[in-house]
Amino acid sequence: MTTNTAAGATAGVLGQPGDGAGAPVALQGLSRSFGAVRALDGLTLDIAPGELVALLGPSGCGKTTALRIVAGFESADAGSVTVDGRDVSPVPAAKRDMGMVFQSYSLFPNMTAIDNVGFGLRMRKLGGADRSKRAAALLDMVGLSPQARQYPHQLSGGQQQRVALARALAIEPRVLLLDEPLSALDAKVRVQLREQIRTLQQRLGTTTLFVTHDQEEALSMADRVGVMKDGRLEQIAAPHELYSRPATAFVAEFVGTMNRIPGTYQGGDDVTVLGAVVPVHGERPADLAGDVDVLVRPEGLTIEPAASGNGIVTDRTFFGSLTRVSVLLSGELAVKVDKASTAATELVPGSSVQISMPAGVPVLVTARR
Amino acid sequence: MAAVASAEHAGTSLPAPTRRPGRLRTFPFWRWAVLLIAAAYFLIPLYAALKFAGFKAFTQVTGYQDFSSSFTLSLKLAVVATVLTLVLMVPTSVYVHLRLPRIRRLMEAVTILPIVIPPIVLIIGVLKVAPGRLLGTPYLLGLEYVVLAMPFAYRSLDAGLRSFDVKTLVEASNSLGAGWPTTLWRVVIPNLRTAILSASVLTIALVLGEYTMASLDNFQTFPVWIVNFEQNSGPVSVAASLLALFVTWILLMLIVTVGSRSARKRGGGQITLFSVGTADGRPTMGEPE
Repeated sequence: MTTNTAAGATAGVLGQPGDGAGAPVALQGLSRSFGAVRALDGLTLDIAPGELVALLGPSGCGKTTALRIVAGFESADAGSVTVDGRDVSPVPAAKRDMGMVFQSYSLFPNMTAIDNVGFGLRMRKLGGADRSKRAAALLDMVGLSPQARQYPHQLSGGQQQRVALARALAIEPRVLLLDEPLSALDAKVRVQLREQIRTLQQRLGTTTLFVTHDQEEALSMADRVGVMKDGRLEQIAAPHELYSRPATAFVAEFVGTMNRIPGTYQGGDDVTVLGAVVPVHGERPADLAGDVDVLVRPEGLTIEPAASGNGIVTDRTFFGSLTRVSVLLSGELAVKVDKASTAATELVPGSSVQISMPAGVPVLVTARR
Repeated sequence: MAAVASAEHAGTSLPAPTRRPGRLRTFPFWRWAVLLIAAAYFLIPLYAALKFAGFKAFTQVTGYQDFSSSFTLSLKLAVVATVLTLVLMVPTSVYVHLRLPRIRRLMEAVTILPIVIPPIVLIIGVLKVAPGRLLGTPYLLGLEYVVLAMPFAYRSLDAGLRSFDVKTLVEASNSLGAGWPTTLWRVVIPNLRTAILSASVLTIALVLGEYTMASLDNFQTFPVWIVNFEQNSGPVSVAASLLALFVTWILLMLIVTVGSRSARKRGGGQITLFSVGTADGRPTMGEPE
């Protein structure tokens, strides 16, 4: 990840990078229902000091509810949230010392950018001169000094979110909470801001909980990503592990692109797929036997031109160094295979290819769909 | 047949080239006609009243007995009713908006009641629940006016609350360490300014012109004084009502102008007297305009 931000020499005002501002956060058995809907169902999650954890999941999986309980905007039916070992459940949101960045529309429209940033400091009774100095330093940190005197309606969406970030960081929060802060922005601004947030977070060492439905965002920013489903954590792991060794079929298919290929599983450690026998990892439901689906990433398959292969190329998409080739296997099974672009020139649509599984690469198995 | 056909042909083809400019010319005509008719409807009675009163009456009117006392009473009542209305309705509408959005429909129905219920019923109702100390004082009227102003005030405030994301702003404020009173004072009210001004304007206008309740309650507010005075001197009483009209109008214009100016500076909605909504007040995430 690149580290080009507008961060200036603000260490004097903001403390040294990674000076231990971050506090450990623990969510223990959090449950919450809204009427008949169980938004959270025993969520347990530990966040190390200074760590950025992303909660990723489809809408309605409970990730936002979890964040709002940590922030103090919702209360849990059961379970606890501890910060620095102290249960914060009885503490109102205003006294939790948590900086929060919302999806959108969260700047106070009646205040200039610098007054927005200074608001939390004012609530902490920081005097006028110190307050404006610190607010100015934070605006500088997000590269918005020239906009200090502008009102939110005069700022672009990306600028507004940067002010919101500066405002949340101004109070030196023990925990930073990000509630889909980039989802209202256009793609280019989103990528820039993503890098800026990550760089600042690492520099300040603020423990951060980040909620998103965008897997690319989660994978590129977080130290660990927790994939949620039905109010529970399916898996929490470092991005590369989540991608290469997903624990469940849900995680596998939610993160990145996955092929489902029929295979035969007789229990034990191996599964037969595409004529090869490969090892199995991750969950193995006890009743799983016989016909199963094997989950393989596009880069987990090999593709070679072959006169009488087992598939026909239907399409290909150029992604720079990689080319993604769509192949129709016998039995109307469509799969996607990644190939280095330099080696993919022959794979024109209509050509016959041989798709195979490399030996020894572990795969996930799941019930046949 | 041929003649008919050619006439038809002529009838349809001839006006065609002139239709466009013709329409352009008639459009402003109707616009002006409507405007003129409306203006006549409002201005002729005013002119007649002015003519009937004569300019002399204007110089006399302030000297009459009870003129200033009734006028001051009306102004006082306007202030009392407006302050009470805002103190009651601002927190209520904010609370309903944030915590009980489901009862918003019910609130709308309840707040419309004062318009539907006859004034005499409202008076009796207020008399029943008013604290004894207020009975017999004109401030009792103030309470009645609060009830009367409720439909207008609630609608203004509700429209104002819909024009920005109150929930997110309140949560942002809370997360930054502001408690409820501070959040209300520093975040909600400043952004509700337009709606609050609009509610105040409507309340003031209502109080300054209200006759029925005041006369039923036997208090000599300015409108009551005008009617009573009519028996003494027609022209002077008409001059008084015109004066009341202008004073009210100037007062409202002042509020609207001052309010709009400070609202515009912050990109808020323009205040207009009778549109209670601020549809354009919602902040956008797009590029600045």
